[in-house]
Formats: sequence, structure tokens, C-alpha cells
Amino acid sequence: MVLDVNKKKYKVIGTRPIRHDGYDKVTGRAQYGADLKLPGMLIGAVLRSPHAHARIKNLDTTDAEKMDGVFAVMTAKDLPRLTDAERGNSEESGSEKHLSENVMAFDKVLYKGHVVAAVAAKDQNTALEAVKKIKVEYQILKSVTNVDQAMAPGAPILLEDFSGDHLGKKVRKTNIAAHVRHNVGDVDAAFKKAELIIEKEVNMQTVHQGYIEPHNATAVWDEEDRIKVWTSTQGAFDVRDSVSKVLGLGVSRIRVTPMEIGGGFGGKIPIYLEPIAAVLSKKSRRPVKAMMNRTDVFDATGPGPGGKVKVKIGIDSKGKMLAAYADIRLEAGGYPEAFIEAAAKCVFSCYEIPSMRIDAYDVLVNKASSAPYRAPASPQVAFATETVVDEICLQKKFDPIDFRLMNVATKGTRTALGPKYRTIGLQECLEAAKNSDQWKSRLDSKPSSGKKRGRGIASGYWFNIGFKSSVNLALNSDGIVSLTEGSTDIGGTRASIAMQAAEVLGIPAENIRPTVVDTDSIGHTDVTGGSRTTYATGYAAYKAAYKLIDEIIEKAALKWDINKNDVEYSDGVIKSKTDSALTMTIQEIASDSPGGPIVSSASVDLEEAGGGFAVHIVDLEIDEETGKTDVVNYTAIQDVGKAIHPSYVEGQMQGGAAQGIGWALNEEYFMSDDGVMLNSSYLDYRMPISLDLPMINTIIVEVPSEEHPFGVRGVGEPPIVPPIPAIGNAITNALGLRLLSTPMKPSRIIEALKKEN
Amino acid sequence: MIKVFLPYKIREILDVPVEIEAEGTNLRGLIDYLENMYPGVKNQLVEDDKLRPGMSAVIDGRTTRLGLIQKLENVSEIHFLPAIAGG
Amino acid sequence: MNNQGKVKKVAISTTINGEEMEILVDPYISLLETLREIVGITGTKEGCNDGNCGACTVSIDGRIVDSCLVLGVEVEGKKIETVEGMATSEGLHPLQQAFLEEAALQCGICTPGFLVSAKALLDNEPKPSEERIRHWLAGNLCRCTGYDKIVKAVKKASN
Repeated sequence: MVLDVNKKKYKVIGTRPIRHDGYDKVTGRAQYGADLKLPGMLIGAVLRSPHAHARIKNLDTTDAEKMDGVFAVMTAKDLPRLTDAERGNSEESGSEKHLSENVMAFDKVLYKGHVVAAVAAKDQNTALEAVKKIKVEYQILKSVTNVDQAMAPGAPILLEDFSGDHLGKKVRKTNIAAHVRHNVGDVDAAFKKAELIIEKEVNMQTVHQGYIEPHNATAVWDEEDRIKVWTSTQGAFDVRDSVSKVLGLGVSRIRVTPMEIGGGFGGKIPIYLEPIAAVLSKKSRRPVKAMMNRTDVFDATGPGPGGKVKVKIGIDSKGKMLAAYADIRLEAGGYPEAFIEAAAKCVFSCYEIPSMRIDAYDVLVNKASSAPYRAPASPQVAFATETVVDEICLQKKFDPIDFRLMNVATKGTRTALGPKYRTIGLQECLEAAKNSDQWKSRLDSKPSSGKKRGRGIASGYWFNIGFKSSVNLALNSDGIVSLTEGSTDIGGTRASIAMQAAEVLGIPAENIRPTVVDTDSIGHTDVTGGSRTTYATGYAAYKAAYKLIDEIIEKAALKWDINKNDVEYSDGVIKSKTDSALTMTIQEIASDSPGGPIVSSASVDLEEAGGGFAVHIVDLEIDEETGKTDVVNYTAIQDVGKAIHPSYVEGQMQGGAAQGIGWALNEEYFMSDDGVMLNSSYLDYRMPISLDLPMINTIIVEVPSEEHPFGVRGVGEPPIVPPIPAIGNAITNALGLRLLSTPMKPSRIIEALKKEN
Repeated sequence: MIKVFLPYKIREILDVPVEIEAEGTNLRGLIDYLENMYPGVKNQLVEDDKLRPGMSAVIDGRTTRLGLIQKLENVSEIHFLPAIAGG
Repeated sequence: MNNQGKVKKVAISTTINGEEMEILVDPYISLLETLREIVGITGTKEGCNDGNCGACTVSIDGRIVDSCLVLGVEVEGKKIETVEGMATSEGLHPLQQAFLEEAALQCGICTPGFLVSAKALLDNEPKPSEERIRHWLAGNLCRCTGYDKIVKAVKKASN
């Protein structure tokens, strides 16, 4: 269902064409990173630390080097030593030294799975055998695997040369990489006026993005010190920049070709194998392909941070929120950061609260360095806030939607970080929730003996970044337009970008042929992530399409020998405004274009696009004997601004909901006492399967954003935010008790039920 | 006059109130104006004649991508904030 | 074993997507690795290599298996079907067409495994219920879609 607030009619936008890369993907032709084969290619394999925290005392690669079939061996000594000063605490300005050491440890390992060496050999099995021959002497150190352990006095320090930034003060010998604070109004005075104050603390386990395709990278380092890299990545230009830093080479020496990618969700933004494949290629003078296995992916690639979030909200006698406080502590893993600024931005984002204070801590622990995971840190903080909101509603007998509407964030609401919202659609989402079939349906709380049902609702938010994108267009003699862009396509964005160009040009979506190209073939394009792709690359396509029209008009004017102001273009047809005999199609002008082929190009560097809000409703059935929880009904409501391709928008809503459900009910890293993940396989890291989920109903709300010509907002990230609190609230509704830890797995439910009785 | 909000950390270090007022025809001019009132502010916000990496300026709810050359016309509020991305 | 103590490759005769072929296979590599590296068809994907995700699903004599759990040498004399064998010169298999129309793929890495699994279901049970479809596909993991559109596509193809 699509609820369009402004009822604008489009020709292509809002339709559901078959995606342009679809045929290759359903026939097995599409080339993902691991599918690439180059003549003479060797296989790279890495040696990983078995210890969560240790000093490397000695590293001996001699036996591996001597092995038959081994062509190169590398250690961190093959990488330049980077010594930049620590910079700010955002994704864009991380330390280069940390970037390099995360790729390959120099003198210390900070998590089990941390890479210490690598080999290139004639085939996979030889490479794996060679890795076993590398001898490493470790001095094992005590490890910490959660925020409490890491922040405790006397905790082992992970980064010994590093200074944490604690509210502006540089602090050494700390695992708190950063402590930031945000303050609006006067919380202390406001809490004193509150009639009711509810405070809850939630505890979240580490989770993984869970993409089915493990990481891969292939590289060729040639005689001119130019490097070609092929990799499944969310951002080819990001890879280029990062590899350039780690190897100490200029960016233009590196060409990155993004292969098709088997899922990312943020986890394929950081680099892992690319510099390793490159150095092995340099040393062996052959192409080298390196791939991770599933255990490596769990042990050593950035998870979504676990941690603790405490939220306190005070309301007046009518139910208006007066004050809110949050204490957010998230695991950064071995290196900063843990997205605490994003956490601060999101924690109170759904509400208008005059006084707010947030303390957020970025905490180093002996786990793989946290990577973005779909709305990083927003699900964690939403769990806390929406639990408090639900508790307020329970105690005051407020309707959950009416209470949220009473305090809803809207245009002009001041956010916790300071700026006021521009146009947003949370209110419309809450109203759509109220009118939804699921909300209006009766829930049988005791469907059969031993089973209870409950309903929960929660809101969530994610902003979306804009940044840089570039698009090139070329008009072919058959009237088909080739579109090249640099945004890797994880979920159908090739189509949504092409559709925006098609809309401007007034031609069918099938008449645009989009291709994702390498970093030498297109202008800088930032990552496919942050919910920016349909928004920003689409905007670049929109601009390029208008420029193409200008070109078409100019060429037509030239051809007809009239003034270009006399020429108009519409839906693939060019006409003279004054002489009705002068008319031609774009095929005709393209086949005979005076002065050169008809091409255009455009680029953007955009601000955030308005932000997306989501409201989810879940009905659960819980077996009181086993604790097993089934999702029996689910509705995801989200303001997407404008759904360019509704099927893929629905797909994002359903996929995000599914990940959130897994996070809420089953997913977690089981850590041993010495910091090793014990469930590093898909068998024991339990993600939802087709039997775990019902059909996921979607309601698309469209409150256009002010920042995009079609009103597009980012869609990909908001839907993972509400599921955890919605499920927590449904469990409370069913059983009358509240769980404050994820996952809310069967054993926890049983334990809680036992405590109640 | 434009209302300017600096990050908590900078306010603490330089003892600056939550809300201050400044003016400028562009962001560079505004920061110079702030520097006059609170010496040391510029160094917190600017490096190599650019906004520091990790620092963003939000002007009436819109994050500028132009940095110091961003023109300021009919502006009510400017927030200097940590730059954040996503996944 | 040969004289140097190295394990010798084994010659296998097998039929892949209707084509008879002879291949030389190390006795310790999986059918998945055989298909991708020796035969050179990469439509079948590796997700976990330990039988838990179904991305490597192929059919052997009409029965679906995780090819990462089967040795290459085990398919001597057998008929293997992979995603590459589903479309014909007439066009896409109805499942492939339905997946496209219903937008049942996002990143597409799990799609070959789902298509082969779903085909095995529809070959034996032409009109499965939603519950039956979900049960049959429980061995195929998808992280992108939440399964909703996949189930709808299989239903559509069964009509």
C-alpha cells in the first residue's frame, strides 16, 4: 500500500519495471567478487590470531616461503608504517594507522581473527596449508569483551599509544576512545517538574550484518606501480581512498572495479583483503584473489556494536514529555569508533522534548572493529527509548499511538543535537499505524492453552546522508540512453537511478541502460550506504538528464538551423515551437547529431535528505513452556518521501524488519571468557529463516523531502530500528513482564517467567 | 544577527554560552566574527582553511556541503556539529 | 597416491545441466568447488561452506543438496542441475520470471540457491501452500528480503 501525501502523478516513478540487472542475477551470469578469474591468478590466504588480545613477540614465515606452490608471503612489515595523529571521532576521519593495523596487525592483536600474515599460492588448499606453517609467538594478554569490563578500573588497555577524547580532554591509558555530550535546555530543572519519571537500561549483545557473501578481493600490482582491484564493496571510491592510505600510494594509481555484491548492510564499507591482495600481487608478480570464509567473517569483520543504553524520560500530568536523559555506551571493537554521535542523534529523534542531555561513550573491547550495520546505533538506542515510552503508556494507561502523537517530533522540533527538523513524516506514519488493518484487528491474547499473544508498537528514525555522486549519460542511435554511475547496486538502485533519468526524459525505464562502473570511468561517487543512493545518485541522474535535454535541443536547433529557444523537448520528441513541420524523435537526432554524439554528465554533493521515520507493529505468540516466540503478524510503516520503485522500497522495509526481528529474538555473539566467539557459524548464529517469519505487510507513506526533486528520502536504514522495541513491547503485552536484554530468546523468556512465579 | 550553537565540547573548553550571536556574509566571515568574541574558537572549527574533518555546519536544518564559502542569506540558526555518516 | 606421496586427481564422468563431461578432480574438494573452479560455472555460490545457508544448492539426480557437503568425486555417473540449467532457448523458467516480476531478489547472492530449491519443490508438488513453501525453503538463507517476496514469487510460478 502506498499513501502519497501530495498525489503527484509520474510516468515512470512509482511503477515496478523489472530491474536492469535482474536477468543476469536469476541465471547465475552475474559476476560477484568471488566469481572473478584472471589468467595466472593465485589464491591468497591469511593467518589470523587465535587470541583476543596479545603482543606479537615473534613471527617466522620461513617455512611457508619454502613451500612448493607458494609464491609470496607478507607481514605488516610489507606495509608502510603510518603515524598520523588521531583525528576526530567520525567515520570520515578515522586514524590511518588504525586502518592499516586493522588490515594487518603490526605488533599487537586486538581480537581473535586479527590478521597477522598472508600468503599467495597456486590454489586454495596450498594457500591454507602454507598459512599453517607460519610460526607466531604471542604473549597473551587479558581481554575485555563488553563495556563494563572495558571501562572498569584496572582493565587491560587496548591501544597503549592512544589518547581518548573525554569531553575535549585528552586522556591516555583508557579504553574509552571518546566521551561526548549533547545538551538542550535544562534537564535537571525539567526533571524536577515532572510528574512521572521512568528510567530503563537495556543491554545489547553484539550482532553481525550477516550478509551471505563473504568478503573478497582480487588485485594486480603492475610494473608501473599501478594497482587494479576488484572487490565486492559498497563503495569503490572508499576502497580506493583506503587502499591508497594503507599502501602509501596516490589515489589515481589505484583503479577499483566494484563487482556485484552479495549483501553489505554497512559491513562491506571497510576494507579488509584489498591491500593484502595487492601486496601479495606485488611480491608474486601475479594476480591474487583472497576470500574470507564464514568463520573469518564472524570473527574478524566489523559487527554491529553491543553495549548498554540507559534512558530516562519525565512527563507532566497531561503526558507531555518535559525532560529526557540518555547514557549510551557502545562497543567500538579493537579500534574506534562505535557510532556514538549517530546514537545521540537518534535516541530522542521521534519526540519533541524541550530539555535533553545525552552522554555517549565509545568503548574499545577485544572484538573485531565495529562496522556500520544498517542505521548504526539507532536500533540500540531505540530499544531503550521505546521501552521507556511503552512503560509510561502502561503505567498511565495511555494509548501507545496517541501518547506518541502527543509528543511527536515534527517540522520545527528542536533535535537533541540542536538543529530543528525540516519537513518530516513521523506523524503521518503514526496515523497510518492507527488506521492499519493490524492495529485495528482484535488480538486474541490466549489463543490456546500454554500460549499467549501480545502486540507491540515502536517508532524509529534514521537520517540519510547526501554527499557526492556522479552520473554520465550517452544517447545512442536507437534512442536508448546509456547511464554510467558509481553506486554499487545492493538492492535495486541501478533501477531506481535509471527510473529517475527516465522520468525526466519522458521515456520508458527500459530505455535507460544503467551500468555500475569503476573508479576510472566515473566521477567520485560516495558509498552505497547511509540510505543515500536513490537520493543522491538519483539526483545526479536527474540533473544529467536535464543537461541531456539541453544538448538534444541544441543539436536539433543546429540541425534545423533555428534558434534553440524555438525548440522544445517532451517525452522523446523534439519540436519547433513555431513550425509544426519541424519534428523528430530522439532516435533521429541521435543517429545524425551535428557536432558530435549527444552526451551529458552531472555531479552532486548533497546535504542530508530530511530523514526517514518508521513505525512497526508486531503480534507475537509465545509458548510459555518453551519460550519460543513466533511472529504471527507484522506491519512495517515508513515515510520514504517518494517510492521510486515501490517493490524495492517494500523490499527494504521487509528486509530491515527481518534483520531487526532476528536481532530481537535470536542473534548474538556468544563469547568465551578469553574473548573468542563460540558461535561463528550460521548454525549457531541464528538468523531468521523462511519458517520464522510471516508475510511482512508494508505501508509506504510519502511525505516528500524538501531536498530532492521527487521528494526522495533514504529508505534502507529506518526499518531495522523499530523491530527490537516493538518485539520487547509485545512480549510485555503478552506476558506482563519486561525484558531489557537482547536477544529476547526462549531461555530468557523462561527465566523471566520463572522469576514472576 | 545569526544564532550560533557550538558543540558541547568546545563550549566547555572555551567557556562559551549555549547560544551566541554572530554575523557574516559567508561561513568563513562568521567564524572570524566568532573568533573575535571567543579567541580559540576558529582553531577548534577550522584546519587548513577548511572546516575540520569530522565537523559539519548545519544552517537552518540543512547541512552545508560548501564549507567556509557557504553564503549566509536570511539565516536564523547555525549549528556546528560532528559530521556523521551511516551504513 | 603417486610416488611423491601426493594424492592423485580422479577422473569423473558426469552430466551437468544436460551436458556430458569428463573432469579431473582432487578427491578432497567439494562439488561446489568442482563446479566453480574445475567446470568453471560460478552461478552456484559459497556462503558458509558448512551446509548452513543453501547458497550452494544444486540438484543431483533430481534431489537437492548443499554442494559444499558433497565431494566432487561422489557425482560419478550422476546428473547435476544448477541455476545455469534452468533457462532454455525458449526463455526463462517460470520461477526465474516470477522472481524478477515479484522483485524477489535484492543482492541476488542467495537467488541461485533459492531457484534450484524452489524448482525441486514445484517439480514434485505443483501447487504448494505458503506454509509448504516456507518449510521447503527453510534451508536457504536470505538476509536481504525477509522471504516475503520470495514466497510470493514461488506461489506465482506455481500458477
